[in-house]
Order: sequence, then C-alpha cells, then structure tokens
Amino acid sequence: MEVWALQLFNGLSLSSILLLIALGLSLSFGLMNVINLAHGEFIMIGAYTTYALQQAALRFTGDAQSGITFLIAIPVSFVIAGAAGYLVENALIRFLYRRPLDTLLATWGVVLFLQQWARSIFGAPNVQVVAPSWLGGAVTLSSDLVLPLKRIFILALVTACIGGLYWYMYRSSEGRRMRGVMQNREMASSLGVSTRRVDSFTFALGSGLAGIAGCALTLIGPIGPSLGTFYIVDSFIVVILGGLGQVPGTILAALIIGMLNTLFEFGTTAVVGKVLVFAIVILFLQWRPAGLMRAKGR
Amino acid sequence: MIGNRQTPPVHAPSRNGSRSQDPRDAILSVEQLTVSFDGLTVLDELDFSVGYGEMRFLIGPNGAGKTTLIDVITGKSKPSRGRVVFDGATDLSRRQEHHMVRLGVGRKFQTPSVYSSLTVHQNLEVMLGFRTRITGLLGRLRRSDDDRIMATLEEVGLQNRARDNAGGLSHGEKQWLEIGMLLVQEPKLLLLDEPVAGMTRRERDRTGELLQSIGGDRSILVVEHDMDFVRQFARTVTVLHLGKVLSEGNMEDVQQDPEVVRAYLGNSRTQRPQAARLNTRREPADPAPVAAD
Amino acid sequence: MTTRSSIMDAVRTVSAPARIHPAIGAWLAPAIMLAVLLLAPSVLSDFRIALLGKFLTFAMLALSLNLIWGYAGMLSLGHGVFFGLGGYAMAMYLKLESAGGKLPDFMFWSGLTELPIFWAPFKYAWFAFPMTFIVPAVLAGALGYLVFRSRITGVYFALITQALALIVSILFIGQQAYTGGTNGITNYTTIFGHSLNAPSMQITLYYVSVAALAVAYLLCWWLISSRLGRLLVAMRDDENRVRFSGYDPAVLKTIVFSLSAGIAGVAGALFTPQVGIISPSMMGIVPSIEIAIWVAVGGRGVLLGAILGAIVVNGAKSGLSESFPAVWQYFLGLLFIGAVLLFPAGIMGLFKRENWQRPWWLSTSQVRSTIRGLIPGGRNDRQ
Repeated sequence: MEVWALQLFNGLSLSSILLLIALGLSLSFGLMNVINLAHGEFIMIGAYTTYALQQAALRFTGDAQSGITFLIAIPVSFVIAGAAGYLVENALIRFLYRRPLDTLLATWGVVLFLQQWARSIFGAPNVQVVAPSWLGGAVTLSSDLVLPLKRIFILALVTACIGGLYWYMYRSSEGRRMRGVMQNREMASSLGVSTRRVDSFTFALGSGLAGIAGCALTLIGPIGPSLGTFYIVDSFIVVILGGLGQVPGTILAALIIGMLNTLFEFGTTAVVGKVLVFAIVILFLQWRPAGLMRAKGR
Repeated sequence: MIGNRQTPPVHAPSRNGSRSQDPRDAILSVEQLTVSFDGLTVLDELDFSVGYGEMRFLIGPNGAGKTTLIDVITGKSKPSRGRVVFDGATDLSRRQEHHMVRLGVGRKFQTPSVYSSLTVHQNLEVMLGFRTRITGLLGRLRRSDDDRIMATLEEVGLQNRARDNAGGLSHGEKQWLEIGMLLVQEPKLLLLDEPVAGMTRRERDRTGELLQSIGGDRSILVVEHDMDFVRQFARTVTVLHLGKVLSEGNMEDVQQDPEVVRAYLGNSRTQRPQAARLNTRREPADPAPVAAD
Repeated sequence: MTTRSSIMDAVRTVSAPARIHPAIGAWLAPAIMLAVLLLAPSVLSDFRIALLGKFLTFAMLALSLNLIWGYAGMLSLGHGVFFGLGGYAMAMYLKLESAGGKLPDFMFWSGLTELPIFWAPFKYAWFAFPMTFIVPAVLAGALGYLVFRSRITGVYFALITQALALIVSILFIGQQAYTGGTNGITNYTTIFGHSLNAPSMQITLYYVSVAALAVAYLLCWWLISSRLGRLLVAMRDDENRVRFSGYDPAVLKTIVFSLSAGIAGVAGALFTPQVGIISPSMMGIVPSIEIAIWVAVGGRGVLLGAILGAIVVNGAKSGLSESFPAVWQYFLGLLFIGAVLLFPAGIMGLFKRENWQRPWWLSTSQVRSTIRGLIPGGRNDRQ
C-alpha cells in the first residue's frame, strides 16, 4: 500500500514539472501555432540562473545553503528566462508565424547556440546546486512512506504558478486580451488589441514558467547544458496528448503522462516505460486525434 | 403547392415541384436526416432529393444547414440519424470522403481550393487516376487522358493558362479551375458550395453559363447566397430553414411563399430590405425561368 | 511584410518540382555531379575518398528526407532512426561474419551464452541486405499509417517522429546485450572475406555508394515526376482537396514515408562498413534533426539540393568541428536560423533569378523595426 502511495506521489511530482514546462508550449501554440524547440533551454537558463545566484551568494556570504538565495532565485529565474523568451520571439519567431515547420528548425538553432553558450560559461560537466537546509527534511507518514520536503515544495510551487496563471488568464485584462487573440485573432486585432504585444508577452510568460521549472529541477539533481532535452520530449508528448493549445487538456495530460511514466518505470525499466507511454499515446490518438480536449464547433 | 409545409411529408420527400417522386428516381435522396453538434440541431429530420440530370439550387438564411448538408453528403460530418441514398442504392452517410468521390460525387469548396504550386494542367492531371491502384499513378499520362484534360480546360475557359501555376490565377479563374477539376473526374453529382462568391458580375455570368452547359446528364446541387445569380440561373430552388425544407419549387413561386418571406425577414422589421431584395427586385434581363413541370 | 511574403513565394516556387531550367535540372546537373563523383578517386587521397564515401551515404539520407519534406511537406525529425536501423542490420551481418561462428564479443561481455534468435538469420547476406531496407520501411509504414490515419500532420507529425528518435535511441542504449548499448556495434573487420580496412575495399565501397546514390536519385526523380509525385505536392498544398478528389491521403503518405525510410536504411547500411561503427549516437534527436539542415541548406524540394547540402555541410563540419568544436556548434546553430530565415530556398535557390531580390535584412527599415521590436514598450506594437 505504502509503495503505491509513494509511486503516486512520485508520479505527481513528475507531472507537476512536466506541466510547468508544457503550459508554456501549449499557450504559445494555441496563440501563434508555433512550437519552440528551444523551450527546454529556458529550463536550462532557469537552472543556471539559480546556480549562478548561489555561487554569488557563496562568494559574498560564504553560505551556500541560505534559503533566502533560493527563494530569490525563483522570481529571478522567471524574469531571466522570460526575457530570453521575449528576445527569441521578437528576433526570430515573429518572422516565422505562418511557417510552423521552419520555426521548429530555426528554434533548434537556438537550442544549439544556447547549449554551447552554457558550456562555454559553466563548463560541460554537470554542476550541483545545494538545496537550502530547510528543504533537507522529509515528512514521515509511516516507516515506508517518507515524502521528501523538496518534492512537496515543488508541488506547492507548481500549484502556486498554476494559480497565478489562472488569475492572469481569467482575471486580468491582459489575460482577457490573450484569450481574445487565441479565439479570434482578426477580431481581437480589429477591436484594437495589439496582437503583437500579446504574442510576445505570452511567449515570454511561457518561457518564464519554464525558467521556474528549471529552478525547481535544481532541487532534484545536478544540472548541465543539455538539461532541457531531457524533459522536452516528454512535455511535447503532454502537449500532443492534451490537444495543442488547450490548457485544461494540458493539465490532465501532464497528470496522465507523469503517472504512467512513474508506474511503468516502477513495474519495468525506465526505457520500457518510455516506449509504452509512446505506444499508448499513439494508440490513443487513433481514437481521439485531436487529443484529450478539442475546440468545440461545427 | 406552397402551403403544404405545415404538414411535412414523411416518406415522399418532395411532392412539390421537384421531378423526383421516388428515391429510385433520384440521384440523391436524403431521408430523415438529423445532425446535431453539442445539442444544437442543425439538420432536423430533413427529407430532400435531387433528380437525375437536374440542376437544383439550395438557398436559405445563415445557419439554415446548407453547408452541413453538403458536409454529410460528402462524408465530412456524420449524421446522428437518417440516411443519404446516392444513385438509388448506396448510403453515403457512413462513408469516408474519398469513397464518395469514387462513387461519383464531386465537391467544390466555398473558398477555391486548388493546388497552388502545380500548373493548371497538373491540377487536372492529379484528379485523374483516383480510381486506379497506386501503381497506376506511376505511369505516364495516357493520350486520351490528356485530351480529356484539354477538353475540360476549354470547357471552363482556361485552355490558355494550362502551363501557368495555379497560384497565380485570379479568384474567378481559381473557381473555374476547381469546377474543371471536378468535371474531369466525370462525376454523376456535382456539389458546388457558393461557386460565384467573390466574383465580378461578368465572371458570375460566365459561371452561370458554364453551369448550364455542364448540366444535362450530370446532376448539380448549388448552394448559393447571391440571389441575383439564383434568380438568373435557377430552375428549381429549395429553401432550407432551421434544418428543414421550407419551400421548394421554381424561383418565382418560392419568392411568393409567405413562409420564405418570413424566414428571410425574421421577426424583426430591421431586416426588411433583405426581404425586399428577395421578393421584388427583378432583373429585366432574366431569362424566363423554366416553368417547373 | 512584402519581403517576407516574397521569401515565402521563393520557397513555394522552388519547391515545385522540376522548375529549374527543365533540361538542366533534369539531366545536365546530375550528370555533371555523377561525373565528378566518379572521377574523384583519381584526384583525391584515400583518406578524402573515405570521407567523401561517408558523405555520400549522408547525401542519400538527405535525399530520402527531401522526398517527404521537400515535396510532400512532412518534416520527419526521426530519420536518423531509419538510417540507424539499416546500419544496425548491416552491422549485425558484418559482426557475425567477423565473429566466425562464435558469439559476438559484446554479447559475451554482457553475459549472454548463445546468439539471440533474431540475430541468427543475419549471418546470411541474402537475409541481412534486404532487411536494411525492409526493417526501417516496415517501422515507418506502421507508425506512419497510425499517425496519418488519425490525420496528424505538420508540427504534430514532426514532434511524434522526434519522440521516436528519442525512444529508439534509448531503447538501443538500454539493451546492451542485444545491441551493444552505447558503444553500438563495432570491431568487424571483413566483408565477404575481404578486409574492410584495405584501400581497395574503401574505393570499392565508395563506388558502391555512388551507384546506390545514383539509383536512389533516379528512383526519387521518377517518383516525383509521376502523377504520384504531383499528388505529394498537391497534399502539401491542400490535403483536404486531395481527400475530396478520391484519394486517401493516409495511404499515399504512408507509402512515401515508408519508401523514404527504406532509402534511409540502405544509406545506413552503406555507412556502417565504411565507418566501422554504428551506435545509438547516430539515431538520437540531435543527429536526426541535423539531416533537415542538410536539406534546407542545399534547397528543399530540389533532389540535387539535398545531395549538395549534405556534402557541403558535412564538409564544413569535418573541417571546423575537429579543430574548433565550440565554434562549430555556434556555426551550426546560426546555420539553422540563417537557412530558415534568410535563405529558405537554399543553395539551389541561388540559381534562380527570382531569389535575387533584396532580402529583408538588407532593408534598413526592416532592421530598424526589428531592433525596435526588441525594446519592450517600443513602437513596434502595431502589426
């Protein structure tokens, strides 16, 4: 029983990270019909931002485990990754809106560039971010069921991000404009919404969320220049399964993929688990080609 | 003939005006067709038929279900109930799109869809061979096929543009090319969704003449919004409203039908100009509509 | 705006098959290329020829991707998998020949005591050689049919093939005992009893590669100039129209995807004996997407372009990456961006007059608006 509860918890933890990554992809696809292959590199940017902040803190205060540094790192990762996304959108992606396949290739160029840049600055080997001491503990529910505080923190962080995103999309006027452009670009544009601005900001927002995911990932393990590629394909699968551009579908799909991955991995091996998840998604699409959620209409 | 709409006939789809009385006499016979999307009923137990060699115009206000009807006939949407009998035997409503075409149903889309990176000639070339096996597509074009392509291009008036890229054609020429693409397949039934939308007056007239010339042994169902065009070229007209047949007959009779007037008027007086347009403005140049038999 | 749409037009016209001066495009240019390739061994050193031989297998791989991407508009980001599968099928044959009836070394190291059943028939050339085509073609056919049947196209298709690249490569890494794991299959020395390292064998393999490339080229050329080829372009333009013209796009696409995968497999089979190793690093995400840049640089939608692109990019890579690996990564990154943004028609596009318009990055107003767009709150908000 406890074993299963632990698997469930681990699955939830993986799901939440995937969700944070996939949301940005899904939003920008829903809005602009483009998929950014360099989305994973924004994770990497977030992770290295956290690392750099900690190194700086170490130099000036000599205390790597300071919880304050990590808490500061979360918004800083968001801002820096978001700014990077803003830059990529404006310098590159906006020229390619009607060419989604070309966008894939061009953003792959960004992937190669950013990964090499990270290698030049931080070196090719993985580096470790020291988790703040107050996250070192665990919640012991029973002798077999020990939940690490780090993972609980990540869950809480993701929940907070989703809440913030919900507020942004459904309660703020910026978010209302964004939904308007998603539903009918021409109409929104002719009603005076600056679609250009909405596009850039949404893209930056999605990139920022990936940056937070990167910051959270430093709690789980070492980070390296190709950190992003490790998670990105899973999040593509999430986005495809959820129905591109559908936020509720993305949330559900992230839950399913995270759980399935964890369960199969537990039952077989990580590799076989991935193969099975891929096969299941392909078969599912036979039944519902548009994914879990689809835009209704005639 | 007009007033019998209060009690819609259940099995004989058209007692009024249309030539077809029995499904076996009709190339297309729609029976008790119901289509709903998310609880919204778009087609409501629709009965409707088109006879062999007939050119029928389908009109109706927005949301009447015209395009949905075409979608069901061509397999794009699936009905919740009812069936679509083609050529006296085949139920179309459960088949896939490419099967319909092989049976002999050709469809022109509302916005012209032609292959813009192929030449006009190649656009027609790829329409041939849709009934052969894949290996048949690897061989060279037969001379007889090439003659057929050129004859069709002449029919739609594009013989001088054969070598040009279709992407460079004008809007009207694209519409004709698409009609030509259908014609070269020699379909038994042609479904044309707004063939004159966005055309200039001259292009519109040419299209009308084209439709009249390609009729004859082919049956044609035209969905159209342009009332001047309908008045000018339609013989038999079916008015669809809220998923049902509201009226059917020759254009003149249909225009007088109070039900039709009310449907186009709605309940609001603000839409009167539209009704006026439907009912009163007659073009003197109209060829006298062929009296419905 | 206008310049951007003219780039789009350039892509579109170049992509239309056989639109370069018909006579030159169809016969002269490939003939010259073939002559150059056939004469190369008398000019270049053995080392260079071995390198060129490897590039030719890449060229064949690029050709296979160009067939589906350049013409039918399906971008596969998993073509490295098909190349790898062909390469593995060949490597299994070579490994069994070199092992001489004994268990291959890596199996022994992984603790296997007898040859796995699926390995056994690969000791026969009559089985292994066709399998280099059949295995990738069947995998692509099965995946393709499922994907195309549910009308998955464009970006979805690209992402699914990318997932395939990831999954197959980690699967091969994970199954150490059957595939050699990360190291792949290597340490085979002979083919039909002749040493693979002998210069005469390298030359022979080079000529075989030239011949295979020529055959693949002719096959693709025949295909795209047939009505099936026109239908592929038609599907790229308007898949729905094709469906409403009486064809099942799923079937057409599956056939072409499968054929393309088969050609990629044969390319892999030629790669393995020339290079002496096949490993999962040839089929992951990174090598798979690199194939697309070869095609884009050469000119998508032009058969010769893919061949040219593969040779040019790989030539630059072997020149640059050995001495300056970091510079190469930056360069490759910029190549991806540049090839898409600035030269979508590739090298072959340079031969067409309509592409000699001023590109947007030479127009000061465009550059200014780009820079303005980079500044938050800049005046470029309006579209």
